[in-house]
Amino acid sequence: MTTLTQPDSTSALASTGSSLGQFVSDGWIATRRNLVKIKRVPEILVFTILQPIMFVLLFSQVYGGAMAIDNYTLFLMAGIFAQTVIFGSTFSGAAMAQDLKDGIIDRFRTLPMSPAAVLVGRTNGDLAINSISMLIMMATGWAVGWRVTTSFWGFLGGVAMLLLFSYSFSWVMALLGMSVRSPEIINNASFMILFPLTFISNAFVPIHTMPDILRVIAEWNPVSALVASARQLFGNTYAEFPEPTAWTLQHPFVTVFIGIAVMLLVFVPLAIRKFESISSR
Amino acid sequence: MTIIEARGLTKIYKTKTGAVHALDGLDLSVPRGTVKSLLGPNGAGKTTAVKVLTTLIKPDRGTAHIDGIDVAAAPKEVRRIIGVAGQYAAVDENLTGFENLEMVGRLYHLGAKTARRRAQELIDQFELTEAGNRPVKGFSGGMRRRIDLAGALVINPKILFLDEPTTGLDPRSRLALWGVIKNLVAEGTTLLLTTQYLEEADQLSDDIAVIDGGRVIAEGTADELKAQIGGHRVVVTLVDEADAGTAVGILARHGEGEAQVSGDGRVVEVPVTDGPRALQYVLADLGEAKIQLHDAGMRRPTLDDVFLKLTGRKAESDDDDDGGAGTGTGSQRVKTELENAK
Ligand SMILES: Nc1ncnc2c1ncn2[C@@H]1O[C@H](COP(=O)(O)OP(=O)(O)OP(=O)(O)O)[C@@H](O)[C@H]1O
Ligand SMILES: [Mg+2]
Repeated sequence: MTTLTQPDSTSALASTGSSLGQFVSDGWIATRRNLVKIKRVPEILVFTILQPIMFVLLFSQVYGGAMAIDNYTLFLMAGIFAQTVIFGSTFSGAAMAQDLKDGIIDRFRTLPMSPAAVLVGRTNGDLAINSISMLIMMATGWAVGWRVTTSFWGFLGGVAMLLLFSYSFSWVMALLGMSVRSPEIINNASFMILFPLTFISNAFVPIHTMPDILRVIAEWNPVSALVASARQLFGNTYAEFPEPTAWTLQHPFVTVFIGIAVMLLVFVPLAIRKFESISSR
Repeated sequence: MTIIEARGLTKIYKTKTGAVHALDGLDLSVPRGTVKSLLGPNGAGKTTAVKVLTTLIKPDRGTAHIDGIDVAAAPKEVRRIIGVAGQYAAVDENLTGFENLEMVGRLYHLGAKTARRRAQELIDQFELTEAGNRPVKGFSGGMRRRIDLAGALVINPKILFLDEPTTGLDPRSRLALWGVIKNLVAEGTTLLLTTQYLEEADQLSDDIAVIDGGRVIAEGTADELKAQIGGHRVVVTLVDEADAGTAVGILARHGEGEAQVSGDGRVVEVPVTDGPRALQYVLADLGEAKIQLHDAGMRRPTLDDVFLKLTGRKAESDDDDDGGAGTGTGSQRVKTELENAK
């Protein structure tokens, strides 16, 4: 700290590029920060890599035999995909709360960067986590007999839809994280809410086997529409199941699309607005 | 030429226990190229003032201009020309020191090469080589603090805000930071800093604003303020509490104003004008009265003394909420007094 380097007027070197260019650049810098985090935080690596393998193996091998469904693995995979990527999106909530706590949000907010960039970077971080998890689950699923019976495009469409849904959900979680401000509460609350939400759905068992009340909840649960759409795109459907009676499951794609649109159109602007006014204590 | 200008800033926080007036009509103006210290006890509103000026929060009332730019209307333009280090280090725990600084440079839109070069310069300048290529997580508070301070200097900003910059630094780093700050100011940077230490405000700044209850209660150069509160204090510690009465009389005779008894009733002190001489007289008289001493000496005035003098009460801490409310007329008077003195 003793030798002061000749201060040049570095500020004069600051580029005055287009605002779109700056947005992309800011977004990338913020994304890179979250990618580094995946690499350096062991808990995230465990969630991203080991947990998906464990879930696929546990569910397909332990439950598989007891289920009254031929080839339970085929049925199961879309459910596991959906559950994993939805949980993957909760990182944005905990991370925004943590950033507020650490004060780094205050640093960002005094820099001339695009206000959306921090959130874009964070949700991109979830997207990266979920993409890696998807690859690992697909490989593990493949090893225990999961197959896509439609086409390459069906496969790609299914993966893209799952990732897009979870990406949109990341924005919801980011807003929650900034509002609740406690990473612990976010983690516990997601667990308490998302576990029932993903289980009271068609993710792990066929809906028509559930008692009435649960069945109705499951039918209107957007997770069910997501899983049903993914099953159709992957060709993991079962002709012997009764036709669904709820509108949401008769039109799963429309339901998923509406869900994604609502999350993006409502929560992206809300989250950005929130970000522009928050500061750590 | 005023470069930082605030008029009537008011910020009210609604909490469970009621409304807290964190800022209550704060006026401030800092001439270009000078250093201004905001001096005040816990809860005075220093951080809130800095947050408003650095675009982090919007005031409920009042306006602030930085280099002529309205902070509320054009925050992004303001952010381009300021450097900020908040009260608590704001660093990314998972990035290395170098990566943190490079990221800040990129977000100031310096360009990849310049950002890297500047990060390296700051690592060297702040002696952060050790922290340079290991994640911040696991480093000491002082090290984080230095990375954070370096982050405020990435663009050699025209205007620099430092909120209690030396809190948490060891004496060596503190002196070194003072050096860095003095160099920057010599290069023309305008600096607004907050501190709880009169000594520090004295060392670093041209001008001091004493704030309390979200308002400026006195303003002036360090010398002007000191003239207000008297110079040194003579402090004696008695062996026997029973001597306190006699000692107070003796100290008062050689001091300016009343002698105060504090501690467990054995510490007596008084403001004095000519420190060394007053001390000699006091000691001589105490010796004559056969009063035994544990300790005797002089000390410089502290923030507590400034407060006692300006508000007639001790500097209060955060938990003593609402302390500022009752002092309105008193502080107003002192301020006018001080202005007359100028
Ligand atoms: N986000 C907030 N919500 C509620 N009250 C707040 C908030 N921020 C500050 N305050 C209150 O406003 C007052 C001024 O706080 P501020 O942090 O500006 O003081 P300070 O002078 O920086 O004190 P310190 O020396 O402790 O840092 C305090 O009473 C504080 O409790
Ligand atoms: Mg403060």
